[in-house]
Amino acid sequence: MADHKKPQLPGLIKGLGVTFNTMVQTMKPKRFGGGAATVQYPHEREDPAPRARGVIALKEENCTVCMLCSRSCPDWCIYIEGHKEKRPPRREGGRDRTVSILDRFDIDYALCMYCGICVEVCPFDALFWSPEFEYSEPNIASLLHDKVRLGEWMESVPEPEPLELGAEVKGKK
Amino acid sequence: MLAVDLPYWAQTLLRIVGGMVAVLLPAGSIVYLFLFKMMSFMQSRLGPMEAGPYGSMQLFAEVGKWLQKEDIAPERADLPIFRFAPLVVLMSTFLLVVVVPFGPDAYFTQFDAGVFYMLAVSSISTLGILMAGWSSANKYSLLGGLRAAGQLIAYELPMVLAVIGVVIQAGTMNLQQIVVKQNSDAIFGWHGLGFPYVLTQFVGFLVFMIAVQAELTQTPFDMPIAESELVSGYMTEYSGFRFLIFFIAEFATAGVFALIASVLFLGGWGVPFSWFGWDAHNIGSVANWMNVGGPLIMFTKMMVLTAIIMWVRFSYPRFREDQLQRFAWKVLIPISLVNIMLTAILKVAF
Repeated sequence: MADHKKPQLPGLIKGLGVTFNTMVQTMKPKRFGGGAATVQYPHEREDPAPRARGVIALKEENCTVCMLCSRSCPDWCIYIEGHKEKRPPRREGGRDRTVSILDRFDIDYALCMYCGICVEVCPFDALFWSPEFEYSEPNIASLLHDKVRLGEWMESVPEPEPLELGAEVKGKK
Repeated sequence: MLAVDLPYWAQTLLRIVGGMVAVLLPAGSIVYLFLFKMMSFMQSRLGPMEAGPYGSMQLFAEVGKWLQKEDIAPERADLPIFRFAPLVVLMSTFLLVVVVPFGPDAYFTQFDAGVFYMLAVSSISTLGILMAGWSSANKYSLLGGLRAAGQLIAYELPMVLAVIGVVIQAGTMNLQQIVVKQNSDAIFGWHGLGFPYVLTQFVGFLVFMIAVQAELTQTPFDMPIAESELVSGYMTEYSGFRFLIFFIAEFATAGVFALIASVLFLGGWGVPFSWFGWDAHNIGSVANWMNVGGPLIMFTKMMVLTAIIMWVRFSYPRFREDQLQRFAWKVLIPISLVNIMLTAILKVAF
């Protein structure tokens, strides 16, 4: 107990001061710069950070049904179905083109653990993080959202951050 | 003493209702104002907001919730004792409030050994806590109960010793007389403020309030109910209304101890008698409206003191067990012994 430090009285008083000041600050009306850190959620909407991981949105026209997201998902919560269609050739006398059509793209948000691997792994920029968070459902089966719903969330996806000064711009998006 | 002569049954009824009010009203106001609101504000939160305006009805919601819950007892518990323990704790609160004077005629009972009775009865809650800890058949409860016993006994001593200073100065153990003395004595011949004993017994007051903090097992002295290590200690196995009784007892006792502290040190229900020309030796000369004003003054003083108790509770981390015991035996008890000696010497000198 040689280096045992006894509690110091000034520190104790200071501690009381901290809690008291926080109390005064919380009780002060909002227009004087007071108020609590709490947001009264159902009454006032919380404004999430623009890049918050709220929900995964799908940009359907970018998807090539490559299945990378589905295969990399640790929870196996992405269900993809697609088929191939022939399209007329671009140039006269060429071969018919083959186009992949997305029939089904469902994410089961009851299983999803919001790891974001699918967003990372998508090579065609079809999946995005959206800050939207109000999509709770009364039963668990309704948390399976289809590509229409996932597409609606694209509206809330923020513009990508501007590149850092002097960063290389790779390819064209 | 009473201005109106009531039959015995009416007096009994009045006392029962008064006792309920004197115990439950402080408990309710402390829980809502301090535990719900003040603590939340100190943590930059808002606290309950949905039940009633600013969550003021939250308490009724909580009580309703607890009353609905199943009354679970562990299989190996000592059932009669397990069920009886919360009542013992609450009973000591009711027994305590009995001696607190609220006005010249507004008291439940008064007798010359009031202070002695108050100190004796306040330790009954220790028994209830030990009973709860032992009968739960749970090692956490037992540890909590034993810690509580060790702590409450250790802090009972400084509390008793702190009160002795007041008793020496007042020359009486009757709580009503202590109030009268404080409001009629003079500071060096000046009657304007009475003579609240906090002025001379400030050390005693500090020791008393610290001991009360420990007796109530409020942080920083909440070793017996340490949630993080003992899962609420002796209350671990309690649920439903038995937990509710523990909960009410905790905060009602805080209120009652604050009432006692304001009686002993802050002048109790009285205003300085010289303001209205009341006679110190004839309590009948005190105006009748003090029977209404007195309880209000007491309530205000109680709220201020409990606010301090709760403020300290929300600000400090808890003591370690050895620090706790060392603080009681090596700091508080010597200080209060010196305080008693000085008080006695000064009493004889003046």
